[in-house]
Amino acid sequence: MNSQTTPELIAVPEVHTAAKDAYTGIDFISTGDQYLTFYLGRELYGVDILNVTEIRGWDAPTRIPNAAGYMKGVVNIRGLVIPIIDLRILFGVGEPTYNATTVVVVLAIHTAQIDRTMGFVVDAVSDVLDVDAEKIKKNCSLSGTVSEAYIRGLVNSGKDVVTLLEIERLIRLDRE
Amino acid sequence: MSIDLKQFHQTFFEESLEGLDVMEQSLLQVQNEDGDNPELINTIFRAAHSIKGGSGTFGFADIAEFTHLLETLLDEARDGKRTLDTEAIDLLLKSTDCLRAMVAGHMADAPAAANITDELAAGFKKLLAQAPGAAGAPQAAPMPSSTPSESSSTRVWNISFIPNRDILLSGNEPARIFRELAELGECLALADESQLPELNLLTPDECFLQWQLWLRTAAAEADIREVFEWVIDDCTLTVRQAADAEWPGEDAQADTPVRAQNNSEQSAVNEVTAPAQPAAAQATDAQAKATSPAASPPQGPKKAAPAAEPAQAVASPQSSSIRVGIDKVDSLINLVGELVITQSMLSELGNDFTMDRVDRLNNGLEQLMQNTRELQESVMRIRMLPISFAFNRFPRMIRDLSQKTGKQVELKLSGEQTELDKTVMEQISDPLVHLVRNAVDHGLEPPAEREQAGKAATGNLHLNAFHQGGNIVIEISDDGRGINGERVLQKAIEKGLVPEGTELSQQQIFDLIFEPGFSTAATVSDISGRGVGMDVVKRNIKSLGGRIEVISAQGKGSTFRVHLPLTLAILDGQLVRVGGETYVIPLVTIVESLQMQPDSINYVSGNIPMYRLREDNVPLVAMNQLFDVETDPTAVDNQLLVVVEADGQKLGLRIDDLLAQQQVVIKSLESNYKRIEGVSGATILGDGSVALILDVTGIMNLALSQRGSNPRAA
Repeated sequence: MNSQTTPELIAVPEVHTAAKDAYTGIDFISTGDQYLTFYLGRELYGVDILNVTEIRGWDAPTRIPNAAGYMKGVVNIRGLVIPIIDLRILFGVGEPTYNATTVVVVLAIHTAQIDRTMGFVVDAVSDVLDVDAEKIKKNCSLSGTVSEAYIRGLVNSGKDVVTLLEIERLIRLDRE
Repeated sequence: MSIDLKQFHQTFFEESLEGLDVMEQSLLQVQNEDGDNPELINTIFRAAHSIKGGSGTFGFADIAEFTHLLETLLDEARDGKRTLDTEAIDLLLKSTDCLRAMVAGHMADAPAAANITDELAAGFKKLLAQAPGAAGAPQAAPMPSSTPSESSSTRVWNISFIPNRDILLSGNEPARIFRELAELGECLALADESQLPELNLLTPDECFLQWQLWLRTAAAEADIREVFEWVIDDCTLTVRQAADAEWPGEDAQADTPVRAQNNSEQSAVNEVTAPAQPAAAQATDAQAKATSPAASPPQGPKKAAPAAEPAQAVASPQSSSIRVGIDKVDSLINLVGELVITQSMLSELGNDFTMDRVDRLNNGLEQLMQNTRELQESVMRIRMLPISFAFNRFPRMIRDLSQKTGKQVELKLSGEQTELDKTVMEQISDPLVHLVRNAVDHGLEPPAEREQAGKAATGNLHLNAFHQGGNIVIEISDDGRGINGERVLQKAIEKGLVPEGTELSQQQIFDLIFEPGFSTAATVSDISGRGVGMDVVKRNIKSLGGRIEVISAQGKGSTFRVHLPLTLAILDGQLVRVGGETYVIPLVTIVESLQMQPDSINYVSGNIPMYRLREDNVPLVAMNQLFDVETDPTAVDNQLLVVVEADGQKLGLRIDDLLAQQQVVIKSLESNYKRIEGVSGATILGDGSVALILDVTGIMNLALSQRGSNPRAA
């Protein structure tokens, strides 16, 4: 036992250093913006995490008469009546299925122009991503089903490519 | 020490507007009483004084300056040196309008143009220049530009004040001393800047200035010296009595613009480094204060409006705050106390609950229900304001209108204590104003015509408010000429609103006056008669969920009766089921609900389904088709009909089931989504789910627009 203590002694100061860094809280606050990423079908999308107020399970909303297909209806979130939009239908990506694992991401914008909270149905929440603004690439020139206006840009994360969304545009209602 | 005074601005604005309302009401009262009621004049004076104090504190120099003129006049009235005649009251009333505009300007960060102020200010100066009725000089001197009046007891003093350079280091501030001096009388401070060094040699904590002070006061020399008591060791002071002629005139002021000013520590020095900036507004502000012996030290943001009974607390339309009587808050606190007790009782019960204690649980829940209901009512009461808030503006309006039209009007208000929700009140004010204007302009006849008709020369206008069921009714009635039904019909035919030869009931004819573009006024006046208005009145009232009714007898007068719901936040609703959805139909719109007899359905005019309801035929709307909701096809026979009415038109809504009736809290859909045709809002049901509230008028429009496109018959 005693003969093995020497290599361990070397490891101790390293652990200590790491702990010291953790105290200063560097690990949590990154330099870039943070994005919440989620899946629509097999594609990854990201929204600015500062706009996410909560993530909740699927609960059948109250239907809005004669509304567009992506508008699933309204639900009550702590006294607020908020509309629920299925991003999979709006973007034409993935299969709109609703079950216990379906996720609703609630996004809010409070500015002088818009003050609005809305829920968006996605397939699954994936991760929180740190993105440097200069790492955001322009959208590819091929046109997909997602309208150009909703896209802030693309960013690489590991071997995945994440489409970053423009929330202000998303939360506006003057869509086609 | 820097406090952001901006945080108090909103309070100042509200209190000023309140004060102005108090002033206006009291002025009208003074006029009606045809005499000087000292209490009323004191009230007016206090209100003006508070506004002046507040505006001075917050740096609204224009308001302070203007109010000072009012105050001077009022002060003379208060001292019995002047009676408030019609001219003075006119001027004061106009000033309240002007001040209101100034306050509104500051609220919107866009101070009003000065020309109206100047005009009124000139009026005041003229009035003040006229010798007041009683002997004795006015104490307060008017604006700096006018010659100060004086009495034999005042003397002019010349004070030479040469402070030591380090006077500022001992914490003394010359400006403060001058201000104190100014309280003794009229004060002018002339700075001698000859000792000032070059700018680069200037040190801010040394005082290089010397002052010549001129004071016109009744105070004795000892009083003057007392002001300088704290600095007597730090300066060279000479006080001598001067001749009147020595008083420096306007020229001297223009040359040396430094006066007793509201400056911070080093500004006395800073001011002189830029002597070309007289900071005119600020200077006159300070002057205005300095010349008024009655001016108390600037009032803080504390309660300024005098005699603020709850009834006089007026909410301005722009502000979003509300003043509530303390009794309402007390009752809320009591209720919350009870609620907490019930809650602790229930949670104790829940800690070890056994079935034999189910009775106690039920009792507790019963009590909770009771508490909740009372709490709801109390909270609603907080939003309720007496209708006098809307009525109070009418005396003034009637005064102006009768002056303009030459008609004599006696206004009677009753039921002012009837309470109404604040939001309803704000939206009903304008329609009411319009109805009152109309009553004076169209309804009441000129005195000669009245006498010819055997009526008293003075017309009566009666505003009344009272509760009726869950509604509030506001009546505007006059004893004027009444509505000439034939002329209205004639006009409507001329305008093509009605085809010629139509037989209309009296009520239908009266309803024509609410048609857009309709006016029977022979001549267009600036009061009414442009044919805009009554349709807007009706629309506004309808948007509040209310209705308007006209009763009129020719030669006897007319009554406009406005029915309004008490509140916009809560409504009585009938819950109905359509397929898997639950909707709320406002109870007020429901005429009746019934089980449909299949053989009473007739199809007319190309597949329009009508339901034979006794002698009436009611068009049918299948809610499941209208809103595209899937229903169980086997249940079709079972359908229920809810007959609703809007715009005098009946409509039968086919639904699957009638559920409970309950009060629902209205939530806006628009705040997070948008307006939906046929839906006026949403509510949250007991289980937390959202139910849409139906808008009957919208459903009619929707049914009309879908009729063409929907091939399926109902």
